[in-house]
Amino acid sequence: MQRYLLRRFLMAIVTLFAVSLIIFIMSRAAGDPRHIYLDDYSTQADWDQLTLNMGLDKPYYQQYGIFIKDALSGKFGESLSEGRPSMEIILERLPATLQLGLAAFLFSVVLGVPLGILSAVKRGGVLDIIGKVLALVGQSAPTFWLGLMLMFLFAVQLEWLPPYGRQERTSIILPAITLGWFYVAANLRLLRSAMLDVLDSEYVKLARAKGVSGKAVIWKHALRNALIPVLTFAGITLGGLVTGSLVVETVFAWPGLGQLAVKALIGVDYPLLQAVVVVFTLMYVICALLVDVMYAYIDPRIRYS
Amino acid sequence: MAEVPGLITAAPLPVPVRIARRAWRLRRLPLIPMLILVVFLVTGIAAPWIAPHNPERGDIRARNVPPFWVGDDTQLKVVVEAVQTGEGSIQISLTDARRKMAGAVVGDEIEVLLTKGGSTKYLLGTDHLGRDMLSRTIYGARISLIVVGVVLIIGGGIGVSMGLLAGWYGGVVDETIMRLVDIKLAIPTILLALVLILALGQSFMIIVVVLAIAIWPRFARNIRGEVLQLKTMDFVALAQVAGASTPRILIFHIFPGVVNTLIILATLEVGLVILLESTLSFLGAGVPPPTPAWGSMVADGRDRLAVAWWISTVPGLAIMFIVMSMNIFGDWLRDVLDPRLRQLE
Repeated sequence: MQRYLLRRFLMAIVTLFAVSLIIFIMSRAAGDPRHIYLDDYSTQADWDQLTLNMGLDKPYYQQYGIFIKDALSGKFGESLSEGRPSMEIILERLPATLQLGLAAFLFSVVLGVPLGILSAVKRGGVLDIIGKVLALVGQSAPTFWLGLMLMFLFAVQLEWLPPYGRQERTSIILPAITLGWFYVAANLRLLRSAMLDVLDSEYVKLARAKGVSGKAVIWKHALRNALIPVLTFAGITLGGLVTGSLVVETVFAWPGLGQLAVKALIGVDYPLLQAVVVVFTLMYVICALLVDVMYAYIDPRIRYS
Repeated sequence: MAEVPGLITAAPLPVPVRIARRAWRLRRLPLIPMLILVVFLVTGIAAPWIAPHNPERGDIRARNVPPFWVGDDTQLKVVVEAVQTGEGSIQISLTDARRKMAGAVVGDEIEVLLTKGGSTKYLLGTDHLGRDMLSRTIYGARISLIVVGVVLIIGGGIGVSMGLLAGWYGGVVDETIMRLVDIKLAIPTILLALVLILALGQSFMIIVVVLAIAIWPRFARNIRGEVLQLKTMDFVALAQVAGASTPRILIFHIFPGVVNTLIILATLEVGLVILLESTLSFLGAGVPPPTPAWGSMVADGRDRLAVAWWISTVPGLAIMFIVMSMNIFGDWLRDVLDPRLRQLE
């Protein structure tokens, strides 16, 4: 198990380095990086000073070293549009993104897991059909469009919920549902097929033959084992929520990191965008690592291999 | 034919029964999704001949025209004042509007037109610049089709080659390629796309490259698995004995064996590519305007939901139906061609 975890940990580090390398190469591929800060009206002294600060007179591998050193201490340069350190802006917005991600995750589990179990137990029933439709729409409708349609229905037409922003307590409902929808569908499908497999297994048949009640078989014997694939997927879910937040925050003007990334893109604010991407990737990698650890803890086949 | 003793020959089944049996065997053939996909394909290819209007040039006088089935939006208003202004015409004041109308009397209820309904000139209405929604949606199909085609060829091509190499050579080659796959899968696609697009500029080529990078790992991983099995087969060993070169074996002996998997993977990836492309377009990082990509059309209607809901709704529905059909069709194809791949879900 230690080998497995060590391998995963190394993989996470390698991923982070790969991302940093991509960002570094892109910052150089886009042309003279000094143009980000200076223009034709800057004095020669400014250009020279910046060359020195960014280490542009040194070879590329040393420049990359400087970049990594700065990144490790959280220095990603000043945002062009706001004139403040990028990290500062990110830390202000981080809570909003985490809040939205958590709400969406809870929504997907609270709705997806019971629906998945029930649609497996009562196969072909009404719930199963509802589940199928939910899953089909959830995996086919683009998130941004789904968000707009929910906004149109519940905010514009019915006026039940606020259409955008984060001012009111109920503001989070629509973005969370939009973000979580895809994962409701995913959890549902995964759990349904896992439950069907498990319910067909020998140990469940044995439990039934011994006279264990139907409910106990489903909740104690079957569900525990069926949850393993769902848990694996939870890692991908948490990571995917990162990407999803980009879209959903833009649709609902939710003041988080996703909206910031899109703003940076539109405002051609490379220092800000690279910082957001690094933070997002870090969150993604940590989530994946946590799930790997949890997975090894729950599934003995991995622990002892 | 002579009767064989002891053998009961079955009478030929009546025709209706045979048709019914055949239909039963084909019952899972996804007809509606396939029909949608054919329509998508045909409109995409024949867009310039089908589209009733120019998708990029609008009529500024015909902005935000609703789809044809939406009627005039009218409201009853009460005449509160009526003044004779000239020969036969009376200036009337309503609760909050003024109109000219002959023979109106105070207290009358008059129907006032708030917004004009749709017409058959613009079947699906027009957007905020007076561009025909139907034509834009049709051209959007064309853009999606081109993007999907190019991305599948590039991404699938890279993925298959990598998979073949990794599976065949094993060792360091395999290890390197598979770690690359792992790294790619650990980086959120959209973020990578944003960085590349901001640094290198927004163009069709960049979008295609970004999407190809996004899809190649899955091809590589699955093809590699297939190759690992295939290369232990006798016909491969025989080809080697016969003196076939490695490229020859890979192309003529191994590759035909992975074609099924390739077809299934490709169909399953189409939906993903369409969703990714439209997401990029929606975020303003897709195919540059005024090209009518579905994602940017949805974005156009974002701030106009209350005034013109159809601008966002129509292209979104198009995306959803295409992706849904593609997923259903892909699932079906997988079951037919190779049930072992069910784990691909």
